[in-house]
Amino acid sequence: MSIKKLSKIQPQSFEFSKDNLQKAEEEIKKYPKDRKASAVMALLYLAQNQNDNWIPLAGIKYVANLLGIPYIQVYEVTTFYSMFNLSPVGKYFVQVCTTTPCMLRGAKKIVDVCKKHISKNQNELSENKTCSWVEVECLGACANAPMMQINQDYFEDLDENKTEEIVQSLLKGKLPAPGSARNRKSTAPEKERKTLLQGKNA
Amino acid sequence: MPKITVNNKEIIFEEGMTVLQACELAGAEIPRFCYHERLSIAGNCRMCLVELEKSSKPIASCAMPATEGMKIKTNTPFVEKARKGVMEFLLANHPLDCPVCDQGGECDLQDQSLFYGMDNSRYTENKRQVKEKYMGPLIKTVMTRCIHCTRCVRFATEVAGIPELGAIGRGEDMEITTYLEKSMESELSANVIDLCPVGALTSKPYAFEARPWDLKKTETIDVMDAVGSNIRVDTYGREVKRVLPRVNEDINEEWISDKTRYSCDGLSKQRLDTPYIRENGKLIKASWNQASNLLISKLKTFDPKQIGGLVGDLADLEMIYSFKSFFEKCIGSSYIESRRDRIYLNPQERINYIFNSSINGIEEADFILLVGTNPRLEATILNARIRKAYVKNGVKIYSIGDPGDLTYPYKNIGSSTSVIKNIVSDSHEISGKIKKSKKPLVIIGESALYSQAGQYVFETLKSFLVEKNFIREDWNALNVLSQQASRVGAIDLGVFLISGDDNFNFFNMLDNDDFKFLYLLGADNISFDKKDKFVVYQGSHGDKGAEIADIILPGAAYTEKNGLFVNLEGKLQNAYKASYPPGDAREDWLIFKDLANLMKKKIGYQNAQQLRKLIKDEIEKKNKKRRY
Repeated sequence: MSIKKLSKIQPQSFEFSKDNLQKAEEEIKKYPKDRKASAVMALLYLAQNQNDNWIPLAGIKYVANLLGIPYIQVYEVTTFYSMFNLSPVGKYFVQVCTTTPCMLRGAKKIVDVCKKHISKNQNELSENKTCSWVEVECLGACANAPMMQINQDYFEDLDENKTEEIVQSLLKGKLPAPGSARNRKSTAPEKERKTLLQGKNA
Repeated sequence: MPKITVNNKEIIFEEGMTVLQACELAGAEIPRFCYHERLSIAGNCRMCLVELEKSSKPIASCAMPATEGMKIKTNTPFVEKARKGVMEFLLANHPLDCPVCDQGGECDLQDQSLFYGMDNSRYTENKRQVKEKYMGPLIKTVMTRCIHCTRCVRFATEVAGIPELGAIGRGEDMEITTYLEKSMESELSANVIDLCPVGALTSKPYAFEARPWDLKKTETIDVMDAVGSNIRVDTYGREVKRVLPRVNEDINEEWISDKTRYSCDGLSKQRLDTPYIRENGKLIKASWNQASNLLISKLKTFDPKQIGGLVGDLADLEMIYSFKSFFEKCIGSSYIESRRDRIYLNPQERINYIFNSSINGIEEADFILLVGTNPRLEATILNARIRKAYVKNGVKIYSIGDPGDLTYPYKNIGSSTSVIKNIVSDSHEISGKIKKSKKPLVIIGESALYSQAGQYVFETLKSFLVEKNFIREDWNALNVLSQQASRVGAIDLGVFLISGDDNFNFFNMLDNDDFKFLYLLGADNISFDKKDKFVVYQGSHGDKGAEIADIILPGAAYTEKNGLFVNLEGKLQNAYKASYPPGDAREDWLIFKDLANLMKKKIGYQNAQQLRKLIKDEIEKKNKKRRY
């Protein structure tokens, strides 16, 4: 990790959509009036979702003005947390988990697929500018390793072929159904249960 | 009173103190980087670790509140090992460039590594590199040296009131920067240079100019505004290299404005180092003899009623007093003035032209009304105090006139004199608030006192405050904010020209062309039609005054003479000589003494001691007259 680079291409202005503005106001309402600044992360997340998974400078200013705090404070928050993006990552943002359990179950192969089909390096937009990928630390779905996150959804129990299928579909502009690639129901055993056999309700 | 044991010594401490403060009280020195008395506590450098009995880990003393019965040890091998560990981590990424670092010789990290540093490094990894940040023309950054104490961030946010600095990124990648590398827009910005414990933020104009151990240090007074900040002037030979703040809790605490700090650049530029005489429209170098003789012979050709004198902004009391004596005793004229412009003055009592609440008093105030003043520009340090009062007590601030961003919120209640009329007639929303407050503060700026309306503004507000009993012995709400270092002292010494109802007699005479001979004592900020006037300029710099002069007498600048100054609170302070005037330039009181000798007149003093005694007597007389 190094400090995040700001995108050189920045939109002139940013404003919440009507929907998001309402959500933002609800977030702000959760805190006392003189502690409005506490809503900064929730608002940034809304801004990121609205703007194809990245926050432009205009968005930082907009959030700061909305909360009445200095720009630098919002900027600090966006640079501190790795999940806020400060340059375009495409409409489909692929985060591949490469922490130990996923790594043992073949995360490297998934990374190779991303390298081959999306872009050579992480944080680089694909040729059609709609997709990018990044290696991340544990996303907490170790029981379904290897996995990756695309925008808000988890894609689990992946292998090379399945990943390629998903990535190709993304590049065509279609988000496939999330969940286990082998049709497992969340983290339940795949065929027959092999542990905790004694428990009645297990 | 709670007690705490530090190194087996039991001491009493005040409630609310931190362990570090208690240790200092007990005489145990604690190393620190991030902790600073005047800033909030961050606790992120970990250098102040001490041993607490029954605690398996060392504690950060700066962030731990002291409590009854604590047993602290600061000199055990356990503490030393802990601090050594911290120091090793701090130095892991700190470059070894002390020989080319401007902080060298006055660097906290350098000093403390002498006690807690390792003699060698255990790291083989590369040190991190951080890109330089732009923070404006005054602050030079070498961010690789930064140890992330965040003192600068806290200073900008808390004291300066300009939340533009911040720490971006995290962990090893943390960097201190301004938002998108804009320059710091504060009049106090350069104080972060003093606060920085390492060489990350250093002074840009002073870069590679001198080493601290080569400089001669003189503790003196600043004259860039009427606050009279306490400063230390560092000189190398004759040249003033830099100006640093000196602690004075009653005036500037520990800060100085950027103007104070960097005006010393001007002490080597455009100096008058020899007398000049105008011949055929051109200024020609002359000797002191030529210039003085010409001056005296010219003086004889004019009626004393045609001779006027004006005192400039940076004059010390010696200068003003000798000027006055020279005019009264040698010329026989009393047409002298010290105000820069038509600013209303009521010289009957001293409380009419000083900052009565005192700068410390600002912190006690529970209501502040600014009248036609922008303290941020006119008295930066005083503005920092108002901000402190706002942060500490949440004092409500109102302003008549719109001064723009003052670094704290205030309410603008209009800018016409009718607002004052409403306030004193109890029909304004804030009239009640003033009445209810215990210690209100009314600060009247020079722009409110300008011209004819000045009398109304001042006298109305004063009689209102007298009526409401806010001018009493323990609290005086009436404050006039002078802008020039010489102003209060000059009025104390009676240098103003008021005749009857005409408060601006001097300026009216000047406009009516009544003066044929004008003596400018370092007065540059005045515009008038020269016509056939004979103008003498005595001062340190070749500025507007010298441009129009027929005779120029070179004087000493504020760092080049011993002098007395009265600040806006009426506090008498001593300024000391840090270097010598250039070339043939001389201290101003000496010039008048010699002129008097040449004219064979008595000026009343022969040496500096006599002069000083006369001045002090005069000021004391003025002080005694104070009544409530």
